[in-house]
Amino acid sequence: MREVHVDTVRDHIRDMCIDANYNLGDDVVQAFEQSLKIEESPTGRNVLEQLIENARIAREEQVPMCQDTGFAVIFVEVGQEVLFVGGDVKDAINEGVRRGYTEGYLRKSIVSDPVERVNTKDNTPAVIHFDVVPGDKVKLTIAPKGGGSENMSTVRMLKPAQGRQGVIDFVVEHVKTAGPNPCPPTVVGVGIGGTFEKVAWLAKKALLRPLGEPNPDPFYAEMEKEILTKVNDLGIGPQGFGGRVTSLAVHIETHPCHIASFPAAVNINCHASRHSERNI
Amino acid sequence: MSVKRISTPLSEQDVMELKAGDNVLITGVVYSARDAAHKKLVELLDKGEDLPVDLRGQVIYYVGPAPAKPGQVIGSAGPTTSGRMDAYTPALLAQGAKGLVGKGSRNQEVKDALKEHGAVYFASVGGAAALTAKTIKASEVVAYEELGAEAIRRMTVEDFPVTVVNDAHGNDLYVEGAKKYERVAGEG
Ligand code: SF4
Repeated sequence: MREVHVDTVRDHIRDMCIDANYNLGDDVVQAFEQSLKIEESPTGRNVLEQLIENARIAREEQVPMCQDTGFAVIFVEVGQEVLFVGGDVKDAINEGVRRGYTEGYLRKSIVSDPVERVNTKDNTPAVIHFDVVPGDKVKLTIAPKGGGSENMSTVRMLKPAQGRQGVIDFVVEHVKTAGPNPCPPTVVGVGIGGTFEKVAWLAKKALLRPLGEPNPDPFYAEMEKEILTKVNDLGIGPQGFGGRVTSLAVHIETHPCHIASFPAAVNINCHASRHSERNI
Repeated sequence: MSVKRISTPLSEQDVMELKAGDNVLITGVVYSARDAAHKKLVELLDKGEDLPVDLRGQVIYYVGPAPAKPGQVIGSAGPTTSGRMDAYTPALLAQGAKGLVGKGSRNQEVKDALKEHGAVYFASVGGAAALTAKTIKASEVVAYEELGAEAIRRMTVEDFPVTVVNDAHGNDLYVEGAKKYERVAGEG
């Protein structure tokens, strides 16, 4: 067994909260620049220029690109030969979030109870997804998720007979309904298959893939392209002001499913498509 | 792209001249308020009490900024989703507020109230929060300090970039903009 001290996890998580919120990935900035080439609406172009400038300011001045610094959604892949020592790894992750959000001047947006709604004042607890994988490494990924785009997400239990076209129609209709609310240009995460809860997880996981990287299966890569074209044909455009670029990318993740079911989910991410990743 | 410049407080004429789709730079004072502050303001009105700020001619910005770093006037400060304020908005427009800044669509009651009271709904670029913060030159809490990021702040802005979404004449950029750029199946 390889021992990993939970303090190491904590310190990485702290830094990752800050890194993800200050430094927008090159893949996203490149997608903005690509979009400028195809956007026809002057107001839409102005929005894209503001987003490029915004990302530059955030990086140079080390400030959050968006005031909604999100729910700390954390994926942890634990090698099965790893032994965590020094305490509870979940507590360590939450301590990392607490330090990152406090020391990084990030906004605290979490309430302790969904109905009573009292702010926890340190952005904890995080939402943590653990997975066990072969090996002796730990991979940490954080994807801070803003409320505006998270609210524009949905799961639907389709009928198997609806097939490929059924999923496409469902996703396009959903992006249309979301309209300007999730801060377009967006990234559209799509889950297909599995069960009710698995499909939502797939849609979220789909958002972690770097922009511009298609699904490895050509069938789904083709479907991603087709949905992206249809979504951009809606004309919603940057910020919903009208234009060619409603979404920067569509990512699909799939899982086998039951003979009677055909679940599909859409998790929309805003252009502040933030991630940070570390390997221990 | 042409840009109009306006200063707050807004006059009747300022409002009437603005059209959906106009790109505008706002200079002057704007007041921040999100759902929690809206709820408190409307509760005061329901009780027949005075508001902590005189809203006549004023612009309300739906924002809950990130904490300021040492040396900053304010932390990153982009708009939040306006729909959550819909239930409270007509009452504040009746108090004389002339401009609202947020992101995302409004309901029919708000659109009707904008026409009735002669006011405008602007959107600023959601997520361009580091950029927007640079246009905010001063900021002080004027009410509900206990709400933290959701307190009401009096902010002095200079060339704050916004776009008119719903004007006082009933036009809606979210509807018309998408229609203009929509491609129907089989076209192009
Ligand atoms: S949806 Fe994203 S970009 Fe828009 S305000 Fe929320 S976190 Fe920021």
